[in-house]
Amino acid sequence: MTAPRPLPHDSATLHVTGTANYVDDLQAPAGALHLAFGLSQMARGTITAMDLEPVRAAPGVVAVITAADLPFANDVSPSVHDEPLLTDAEVHYLGQPIFLVIARSHLAARAAARLGRIEIAAAEPILSIDQALAADSHFEEGPRIYEKGDAAAAIAGAEQVLEGRFEIGGQEHFYLEGQAAMAVPQEAGQMLIHSSTQHPTEIQHKVAEALGRPMHDVRVEMRRMGGGFGGKESQGNALAVACALAARATGQVCRMRYDRDDDMMVTGKRHDFRIDYRVGFDGDGRISGVDFVQYARCGWAQDLSLPVADRAMLHADNAYLLPACRIESHRLKTNTQSATAFRGFGGPQGMIGIERVLDHIAHHLGLDPLAVRRLNYYADADDIGAGGGLSAPHSGIRPSPPENISGKMKPDADGGIQTTPYGMEVEDFILNAMTETLVAESDYLARRAAVAAWNESQPILKKGIALTPVKFGISFTLTHLNQAGALVHVYQDGSVAMNHGGTEMGQGLNRKVQQVAARVFGIDPGGVRITATDTAKVPNTSATAASSGADLNGMAVQVACETIRDRMAEIIGALHQCPASAVAFEADEVRAGATTLSFAEAAKLAYENRVSLSASGFYKTPKVAWDRIAGKGRPFFYFAYGAAISEVVIDTLTGEYRILRADILHDAGTSLNPALDIGQIEGGYVQGAGWLTTEELIWDDNGRLRTHAPSTYKIPACGDRPDIFRVSLWDAPNREETVQRSKAVGEPPLMLGISAFLALSDAVAACGTAYPALDAPATPEAILAAVTRVRDGD
Amino acid sequence: MKISFLLNGAPVELDQVSPQMTLLDYLRTQRGLTGTKEGCNEGDCGACTVMLRDGTSRRALNACILLMPQLHGREVTTVEGLPAPDGSLHPVQQAMIDHHGSQCGFCTPGIVMSLAAAHSSGAKDYDSVLAGNLCRCTGYAPIIRAAEAAAKLTVPAHLAKPAEAPTVPNPEDDLTGGDAAVIADADQLADWCLAHPDGVIVGGATDVGLWVTKRLDTLGPVAFVGRCADLREVTLSGSGLQIGAAVTINELARALTPLYPDFAAMLSRFGSVQVRNAATIGGNIANGSPIGDAPPALIALGARLHLRRGSDRRVIPLEDFFVAYGQQDRQPGEFVEAVSIPRQPDRLACYKVSKRFDQDISALCGCFNVQVTDGVVTGARIGFGGMAGVPKRASHVEAALMDMPWNEDAIAGTWDAWAADFTPMSDMRASADYRLETARNLLVRYYLEDLGAATRVREVSA
Repeated sequence: MTAPRPLPHDSATLHVTGTANYVDDLQAPAGALHLAFGLSQMARGTITAMDLEPVRAAPGVVAVITAADLPFANDVSPSVHDEPLLTDAEVHYLGQPIFLVIARSHLAARAAARLGRIEIAAAEPILSIDQALAADSHFEEGPRIYEKGDAAAAIAGAEQVLEGRFEIGGQEHFYLEGQAAMAVPQEAGQMLIHSSTQHPTEIQHKVAEALGRPMHDVRVEMRRMGGGFGGKESQGNALAVACALAARATGQVCRMRYDRDDDMMVTGKRHDFRIDYRVGFDGDGRISGVDFVQYARCGWAQDLSLPVADRAMLHADNAYLLPACRIESHRLKTNTQSATAFRGFGGPQGMIGIERVLDHIAHHLGLDPLAVRRLNYYADADDIGAGGGLSAPHSGIRPSPPENISGKMKPDADGGIQTTPYGMEVEDFILNAMTETLVAESDYLARRAAVAAWNESQPILKKGIALTPVKFGISFTLTHLNQAGALVHVYQDGSVAMNHGGTEMGQGLNRKVQQVAARVFGIDPGGVRITATDTAKVPNTSATAASSGADLNGMAVQVACETIRDRMAEIIGALHQCPASAVAFEADEVRAGATTLSFAEAAKLAYENRVSLSASGFYKTPKVAWDRIAGKGRPFFYFAYGAAISEVVIDTLTGEYRILRADILHDAGTSLNPALDIGQIEGGYVQGAGWLTTEELIWDDNGRLRTHAPSTYKIPACGDRPDIFRVSLWDAPNREETVQRSKAVGEPPLMLGISAFLALSDAVAACGTAYPALDAPATPEAILAAVTRVRDGD
Repeated sequence: MKISFLLNGAPVELDQVSPQMTLLDYLRTQRGLTGTKEGCNEGDCGACTVMLRDGTSRRALNACILLMPQLHGREVTTVEGLPAPDGSLHPVQQAMIDHHGSQCGFCTPGIVMSLAAAHSSGAKDYDSVLAGNLCRCTGYAPIIRAAEAAAKLTVPAHLAKPAEAPTVPNPEDDLTGGDAAVIADADQLADWCLAHPDGVIVGGATDVGLWVTKRLDTLGPVAFVGRCADLREVTLSGSGLQIGAAVTINELARALTPLYPDFAAMLSRFGSVQVRNAATIGGNIANGSPIGDAPPALIALGARLHLRRGSDRRVIPLEDFFVAYGQQDRQPGEFVEAVSIPRQPDRLACYKVSKRFDQDISALCGCFNVQVTDGVVTGARIGFGGMAGVPKRASHVEAALMDMPWNEDAIAGTWDAWAADFTPMSDMRASADYRLETARNLLVRYYLEDLGAATRVREVSA
């Protein structure tokens, strides 16, 4: 087994030379048309009159389309058909598309889209969580509740009880490339779509519906996105469908991209949450029971809010064994952008809830929060790597406990092994060991003492430090999505073309999968051509989401490559009197007994002997089974882990702050590519810290988003990264049989940023006696308010 | 209007160019040069960064808010023009590959251009170099590693510092035809303003650019003043510093560094490198914004504004220029020619408070200039942005401090004066209460800094 190579992103050279093409870079023929939506300027109401004559009369306008003009389905929802492309009568949020302008230039379309005269009989918008609760405005029949044991009794019987409320803001994706699509009409009514999407099959599906065509008449191609982060899982549907409809109507190539302000006004963001908590614990901080009520502000349409809110519930334990736990989740419907997928998909909100509880307990007891965290951790699994057990292929069948489960594993309330609040056994926990390593390597204890001493000497500036762990469940919770397909060709010159259902949004998926393919064939990764994701090559794909990209598609590609390799081995073995199993593919060569062929010669030989050198591959994740209504089962194949220590300084006069240092230890299993994995971790941490610090979404009383451009919405800039930024990988194979024993790494690192938020809370706590009860995002204003609360000692 | 410039080394002549076409749109839609990206179309993300040369040095600018007439006589380098003629990559390009500096790659051309501009000038303060280039993927760490690696390599020959300004094909192009004019000097501008009393004067277009790209305005008569050498002069004399209206913020910061270092330091947070390379001091004052960062500091320094109409000139205290929100003391046909700062001992401290440290708009910006003689306040000028509809002096606070012993009691004694001076508003940047409380606290900070206390989070390390 060769060591994973830290190869650069497959498109790195194209990126730095500006030759990597994104959707809006594709050259269109002369005569291509450009689209823009006319947007509602009101959050809620009924359209009473629409005068679009000024739009039609504007320079460069070719046509204007309204809901009444749509030939087939008027829907771009990824879930329950509640999201019209163009609203017909009711307006549900400020920014909702009402009409579509087709014009000769992007600028002409944008200018004309502002000229619509829409009269709306206004209704009182439901904007906040409180307004939604008062109006009983929600999705699903009622709150979802997951329970383990009797939380109320456990809390009632506890030595000490704390309760609190925690408000957590949403987050704009701010992918650098805005949403974009292009439709190219084909013969016989077929349509080719280029879309900046994480989910080509969903685009194909929605375009087919809108055109009244079977899915085989729509082909979606996607080479790369300029960032996705969940924001292109469903939010690209509207642009692709609009382009397809306009292309059908005009016969011309039609393209659309949102101007940044439109992008932020139209598309969904991370769900903001309120979490009410009540926890019972003993004098050491050991939790006996906890009760969470999670309120998720979902916006106007359902979109992906149910699984997002589910995942928040599924991460309410994070790394902690909760003997009794009750989680109640409200999915509130409001007249705002429809909140959507965002890296972590609800997990971060659930996780920061319990981290806040641990922090609160530690503050109440005057203990180092790390000590309280470790006391409540799940127990580590056995050191199952000992004896080389994992270098051999894993049986794939988990022996029943206790043989293979550590004696340290904590008994659950019912005497069984440790389980999550949703009844899944935690059998791969490694955070005790990881934490110990990180604490030692980062000199946490000495630094914590130094921070305290520094704070004693400083009247104005205060430092804080915090360690937070991450345990993140890997798999789509909608079980059937855990499948992937691939298509691999070996050409007669030995070059390989690889295609799979995953999409490249910057994470380096294609490079990882290319390395997997190259390893099967024993060739250099450069010998494997990465091709654009294409619904005509691999059908019925799942979104590249839930961190699943490499796990699923890497496996599918591996299966396809192995099929071809085995066919090659068979014929070459037969020709050279050597069993197929003894034919070796290594170092760009194929060896059969005494014969050595180049891989190209082997491919040519196989071709000339009429062996198929093309194969599809398919993979489905084993073991997962989940009942989301009951809240019981095994939603996840495995967990990915990480831990981060952040150190910060705050200014108690203004609330300004800075992240001084971050130390991270993250579990990527046996990394498929350490450089790409470290890139995900560094970027995830900064994005997570941004969510909880400077990134503030503000809607006014009319439901207008006031922070709709980078001038007002502040993602981390270069100088916001930690001054000292140390990232290492916890180098141990995945206990489960994943592709080359790696672990998913897309989403989990985002939650490492929680340590920055709790370090800020720690710094605020140094100002007085009361608990900071800091809400997120911790803007300078929020920090200053918390400093005042702590000083007042209320 | 007819202009000419160099694009990646090749001469370009444009007849009938629209004065409100941006360079970004020109590159992407007219030339098929799609390496330069549109991320925000307002100069905040840097995905469209290009290099521009007028004299002998190259600077990074945002192409999305660079209007075509601003290019006249200049040389533009885009990411397509960055590799050497033989195709070999620029050191920053290679380093970005080697250090995994790109993920999704969309911000990358802009990052590469900013780093290449810094590489050519030797700048190594990368937090500042890259403040105007947002990256959502990497967390910036690998980009910094790439920048540090590239800094060890020499500037490629094709980008070496040239001996002279670019030679353009037709310096005598028709620059003043129609509604748009590329102005040559202050006298010509004076005439143009008389002829177009409602015309728009464009310095760097960092504000006007957004009228075009976001409000979709039609500009009407417009004068571009970036080539007015006499408006780009900074003169230090016995009486003080005189700054021409078309001096860019970066040029101003350089001039201020030896005199008022804290003003210069605050200006290093004014927009981004790209914005400071374009934005002018005249524009920052004349647009009358209540949240422009230069006016509070200039007010605290007792700056005076030099206005000109035809050959008539008048000089007024800067604070008097700002009459009310959206209203300045500028007559039709009149323009800002210069601003001057009287010579004085440096007691200035500038505090910009914003959600994000770099490249953010002030929630509030407080500038303090309190003279203390023998322990007693003998002079006080305090200027604030973000606290009213205009940049404003804290006159009541100043009065409360005058002649008081410089101590904690004097600070406490200003409590009520703050509310007399300011009734700030709440908006997406901060609440009214936060603004007022923090304004008061900034005076505390100023006082404590006199005592040597540490009060700035950027000066602390782990």
